[in-house]
Amino acid sequence: MKETQIVVNNKVGLHARPASLFVQEAAKYVSDIKVSCQDPDTMENREVNAKSILGVLTLGVSQGMEITICAEGEDEVPAVEALITLVKYNFGEE
Amino acid sequence: MKHLTGIPASRGICIGPVFPFVREELRVESYCVEDTQAEIVRLDAAIDKAIDQISQIYKKALTEASKADAEIFQAHRMILEDPELLKEVKSKIQKESICAEFAMMTIAQSFSDMMAAMQDEYFKARATDIMDVGNRVLRILLGVAETPTADLKEPSIIIADDLTPSDTVMLDKLLVLGFCTAHGSATSHTAILARGLGIPAVSGVGAEIMKVSKGTRVILDGVHAKVLVDPDDATVKQYQQLIEAAHSINEAAMKHAHEPAITKDGVRLEVVANIGNVKGARTAIENGAEGVGLLRTEFLYLERTSVPTEEEQYQAYKAILDMFGKMPVVLRTLDVGGDKEIPYLGLAAESNSFLGQRALRLCLVRPDIFKPQLRAALRAGDGNNLKLMFPMVATAQEVRDARKVLDECIRELKVEGKPFAENIEVGIMVEIPSAALVADQLAKEVDFFSIGTNDLSQYTMAADRTNPKVADLSNAFFPAVLRLIRDVIIAAHAEGKWVGMCGELAGEPLAVPILLGLGLDEFSMNPPMVPLLKQILRALDAKEMKAIAEQALQLESPQQIEDFVKKKIPFIAQLVD
Repeated sequence: MKETQIVVNNKVGLHARPASLFVQEAAKYVSDIKVSCQDPDTMENREVNAKSILGVLTLGVSQGMEITICAEGEDEVPAVEALITLVKYNFGEE
Repeated sequence: MKHLTGIPASRGICIGPVFPFVREELRVESYCVEDTQAEIVRLDAAIDKAIDQISQIYKKALTEASKADAEIFQAHRMILEDPELLKEVKSKIQKESICAEFAMMTIAQSFSDMMAAMQDEYFKARATDIMDVGNRVLRILLGVAETPTADLKEPSIIIADDLTPSDTVMLDKLLVLGFCTAHGSATSHTAILARGLGIPAVSGVGAEIMKVSKGTRVILDGVHAKVLVDPDDATVKQYQQLIEAAHSINEAAMKHAHEPAITKDGVRLEVVANIGNVKGARTAIENGAEGVGLLRTEFLYLERTSVPTEEEQYQAYKAILDMFGKMPVVLRTLDVGGDKEIPYLGLAAESNSFLGQRALRLCLVRPDIFKPQLRAALRAGDGNNLKLMFPMVATAQEVRDARKVLDECIRELKVEGKPFAENIEVGIMVEIPSAALVADQLAKEVDFFSIGTNDLSQYTMAADRTNPKVADLSNAFFPAVLRLIRDVIIAAHAEGKWVGMCGELAGEPLAVPILLGLGLDEFSMNPPMVPLLKQILRALDAKEMKAIAEQALQLESPQQIEDFVKKKIPFIAQLVD
């Protein structure tokens, strides 16, 4: 299992285009990939399927929130690395 | 005449009869099925068909609206292909032996409710998307026609509870004058699509709008988010004049895009573009930009694992500079810092990167990064009209230090016998308040200034423009920022130097009269804004704007200043998006 935390810094968080890029990237890998973060209101930790656009959207990640990406499977390492890179470079936004 | 107000969703004004858009209600009954496997097959077939429909709408949207708008339908497709959604619908069919329609409706509703319950406006708007997608599948399962039979025959203003993207895309755009919805917000799809189509829209007017009967004449004012139902002739006439004025300006702007911007009293202004790659360069030229006021170079450094070599940079800069030939291109040296992380540069994380060692500050301590860029730029400038600009200058010493490195590069290139542009203009970005305050000293060190209003605003107002809680304060229309701009222009002109602006303010129609009045020489903006900005400048009198700028700078808030400009120059209010 491979797990990494990262702060989402792009302007809109994991919304429309970034969320869709994130899910599309996750779908390229065979590993089970989960993404989780803490609900700012309830402080509860929520985890969703990183390949599900609805899951990722309902997570409600906005700018400045930290997410945990966790993958399990044969390509878990490149999967997590690819998703981290995407977030790190703000989904290719300026 | 009745007045209704809502939320401004898309700029513009239109007058016309209303056309109520009423959707056929889908009646979903819950019934038991014996063969759940067959029911799942039926669901899969319906979903395949829905994906097919969406792909077609996507293609239609691509040709009719912008790419960003079309992407909405890709998102729809992703919702339909979502593993979680399908898993839940199928498991509901299996566990409860329930029909596909009911399972689909219940699950779509629960996801939609989850979105609607979120604080964020964006997510609330997405709740509509899920229902839109769900209803499409339901219509297929129930055998109901894809779009409500809209017998739209004459140009009309569409009124609806809230329109889904599929509704709006399937509409015949030539017959739509504007949109007015009872619900929805400025971020709903109707708003996004209306802006893409360049037609007015007002959202959230309230349920009352649906009581207006088909064919009633209304005025839809997307600027002030007003709907005037059954207006009298005098009001209609007044609005018609406004529409004509805005229309003729937009038309003239496109027609004269490639002509210079000369004010009514004969002052010629330079209108140039902000670009960051070859594609931007092409758009800039197509839109009549007279050069480049800001060539961002960061694109060469991002999404890679090592510093771009001098040769690579030379090729990239040359490709762009060659496109502009004799037209000026202001190349900004690397502007990165702690917020735009570039792993291979090995920069230490900083607790406050906007106030950290970024841009020129970084380049001055890293000649290994700075010199290859300067050499590449100088070489690419050979035979072209290159100007160099340093970002994030706070003191005159920094300019002298940067020039020293530049002189070194020039000496090296001479010794190596490589062709390069020797006598280029060197300028700085004025984006730190300290630079603005000692602009008189800095003007002696450089050939030009370019004011970066985005950073100048956030540093002057001490408000992070990426923090939504204080982003309102980071507004260049605050008199504090405008007064700094005034002082910078005065200081530069006193030394005989020219001043440009490459921040967002330069492409903001409401700011143009003020900037013109303050004596700005060069306006640099995103390429699509160039034609309109030129046209606005042509309609203004530079001398008159002096007085307007002076008065505007005495006001207290952005709102007051914007209102003042709108009042003094009414045609501009109609152009702003």
